Amino acid sequence: MTPVLALDKVTKSFGPVEVLHGIDLALSAGEVHALIGENGAGKSTIMKILGGFLTPTSGQVLLDGHPAPFRSGPEAEAAGIVVIHQEFNLAPDLSVAANIFLGREISRGVRLDHTAMRAAAAELLDRLGTAIRPEARIRDLSVPDRQMVEIAKALSRKARVLIMDEPSAALTHREVDALYAQVDRLRAEGVALMFCSHRLDEVARLADRITVLRDGAVVRRALRGELTDDGMATAMVGRELRDIFPPKDTPAGEELLRVEGLSVPGAVQVGNVSLTLHRGEVLGIAGLVGSGRTELAEAIAGLRPSSGTISVRGQPTAIRHARDAAAAGIAYLTEDRKEAGLLLDKPLTENLTLAALDRFGFRIDRARERQAMADATRDFDIRAASTAMPAGALSGGNQQKLLLAKTMLTEPEIILIDEPTRGIDIGTKQQIYNFVRALARAGKGVIVISSELPEVMGLSDRVLVMRQGSLAGEVKGARITEENIVRLAMGLGREAEPA
Amino acid sequence: MKRIDLHLLGPLVALVGLFILGALLNPAFLAPANLSNVLARSAFIGLIAVGMTFVITQGGLDLSVGSMAAFLAGITIMAMNALAPFTGENWGTILIGMGVAMAGGVLAGFVNGALITRARIEAFIVTLGTMGIFRSLVTWLADGGTLSLDSGLRTLYRPVYFSGIGWITWPIIVFAIVAILGEWTMRHTRFGRHVEAIGSNDRVARYSAVDVERVRLMTYVLLGALVGLATILYVPRLGSASGSTGVLWELEAIAAVIIGGTALKGGRGRVWGTVVGVLILSLIDNILNLADLVSPYLNGAIQGVIIVLAVVLQREKRSAE
Ligand SMILES: Nc1ncnc2c1ncn2[C@@H]1O[C@H](COP(=O)(O)OP(=O)(O)OP(=O)(O)O)[C@@H](O)[C@H]1O
Ligand SMILES: [Mg+2]
Repeated sequence: MTPVLALDKVTKSFGPVEVLHGIDLALSAGEVHALIGENGAGKSTIMKILGGFLTPTSGQVLLDGHPAPFRSGPEAEAAGIVVIHQEFNLAPDLSVAANIFLGREISRGVRLDHTAMRAAAAELLDRLGTAIRPEARIRDLSVPDRQMVEIAKALSRKARVLIMDEPSAALTHREVDALYAQVDRLRAEGVALMFCSHRLDEVARLADRITVLRDGAVVRRALRGELTDDGMATAMVGRELRDIFPPKDTPAGEELLRVEGLSVPGAVQVGNVSLTLHRGEVLGIAGLVGSGRTELAEAIAGLRPSSGTISVRGQPTAIRHARDAAAAGIAYLTEDRKEAGLLLDKPLTENLTLAALDRFGFRIDRARERQAMADATRDFDIRAASTAMPAGALSGGNQQKLLLAKTMLTEPEIILIDEPTRGIDIGTKQQIYNFVRALARAGKGVIVISSELPEVMGLSDRVLVMRQGSLAGEVKGARITEENIVRLAMGLGREAEPA
Repeated sequence: MKRIDLHLLGPLVALVGLFILGALLNPAFLAPANLSNVLARSAFIGLIAVGMTFVITQGGLDLSVGSMAAFLAGITIMAMNALAPFTGENWGTILIGMGVAMAGGVLAGFVNGALITRARIEAFIVTLGTMGIFRSLVTWLADGGTLSLDSGLRTLYRPVYFSGIGWITWPIIVFAIVAILGEWTMRHTRFGRHVEAIGSNDRVARYSAVDVERVRLMTYVLLGALVGLATILYVPRLGSASGSTGVLWELEAIAAVIIGGTALKGGRGRVWGTVVGVLILSLIDNILNLADLVSPYLNGAIQGVIIVLAVVLQREKRSAE
């Protein structure tokens, strides 16, 4: 059977740097194909070439066995190839329905048929099991909800080939289930699917065929069941990975942060939350999307107005602006790296030092900035062709590393990290986990918000579970289990009895 | 990298081209008196345009600067005339007048900035409003006519515009110093970095603990102060102000900023580019006046073409990246 879509000896260069070296790849109808590899391995680049958004430097794209030199995304889409990009492509000021039907608006004569579009959007969203309203504006949606809109938008385009670049990176487990159901449905309908992901359990669950990429070349091809999670990790990284979580070996010291009765108004309300964080402690916050985790963290970081008291190192501290928080040694690493984290059109160095510029003198010391960049590149293993390139040209995972480096440059004592490893490969995840524990070891306090349960569990000394804007409970030590956390998050009463 | 450099050099190449063209068309162009005159006249727009570069780079806009200059000139003249009987026709009075212009500029910039950042009204709307207010105030103060500086003071004040070091007059010197300081501030200080960051993505700046509102406000205050400085240099030139003083200066300043390669949507500021832009605009004016190739009445049309061309070049640069 000829594959629906294939790459034939494709290479791709950006300027003088070749990032893909002779890739052969085939997508077949009714098959799910996973592309895995480290950050910067070239996954997104391959997907953009398949979707017509980039042209190969050499080699060709084959559609039904015939060369198909797409010159643009819409041209490929007309041939039935739909791509969900790693970075969002939604118009923030338009409604959900308008975004879903962007470019293919339903109309009666010249007049747009808003009712029909809203109804169709509502049905799509319903199928995905989300409660997003079709008339909501994208700007007001959380990151996971935006991802669900992207998926709904792709589903609405009757695709022959659906390509998804890390579709689940921004989702929590409930939405992930809805996504998997849709993947299974499309496979049964004979659509050719390709996705990439850094969640290896997901790859094992979904993929019929796996292609492993390292440094722009295919290093391993496998069918369903041929590779274990560990096998995939080893193939990707090129060395064996063991014990990806560091030991929880730092005793909690004196109290660093105390939050009492914190309430945050807004679309997602947070009511009356109290918590404490100690030196040497990693505190996890789990919960579903919309449970107010990000809102809580942003309020502590002075990015949202809130009521309640916050004490830092025993001193009640008024935190009204981000700079109050920064002065108190609190740093927040946003989950929304594209809109709130990095200046995508600015060079890496300017991004790195933005939050810590006061450390570089009244006349900004370029030499020290370059030194800081070199240190960050080394410490965080940022892979970039040059530090003069704009942050937006980094691969997604390397953007995340740059954001982490930027936050740490302010030398905070209290670090709130929202989704620390979103879009990060397994080898780097391990580095980041070690890094988080090293912060605790250095006497700092870390709060980790994550939708990946294994991550919260593996990393945290103590886990707070949020539900509908308030604290549903706390688990620590041996009671940190998936079941206990999920029960609290879903509101199924107190945690289960310890086994 | 090479291509980007070429684009950055574009305006400079145009400036050099104009210079050569001017010299070829009329030998009088190169006479020090002519060059001095061109540079001194561009100093007013130039000072304002340097400030405008900061405002536009942070994503803002100020349409009120021309009217503001007229208004400041008006109150400066009135203040000096009113003081002269008590303090005498001396440099002290003039210094007080200069102080009035500076303080007025800072205050006016602060009002613009506060309305934009604290009351959260669009910069376009606020400065469209204050543009009308300043213009009407100066017309009212002059009672529809002209406010003139008393002749004794005028004689004393004149050299501030007309003399200097050789043919390099004070306005040229002040403009050069401000341009250098402006470029330095944009490139090398935290303030300049913050201005660019806010224009690039204000949410990222806010999340990076940058005091976005304050930095925005400061750019309007800085611009106001530079309008005050331009007024100080402008008043001795004619010794008068009226309802038609400084008309369209705001558009010339904005045009110079854009021609110089600063992005109108913010995020990328080039002070030296602005200086080049100002010089391009005034050279065109001067060449058209000296050579009778094209009617000087077409000056506006040629400037318009240049502005559009500059923006097209900017866009091509961006899509090439
Ligand atoms: N527009 C660009 N200009 C220069 N280099 C680029 C550009 N786009 C991608 N690259 C480089 O190509 C390489 C592959 O990037 P790509 O985005 O395909 O990685 P990826 O496998 O998707 O990584 P991640 O898991 O981090 O998303 C990276 O080294 C990246 O820096
Ligand atoms: Mg990618």
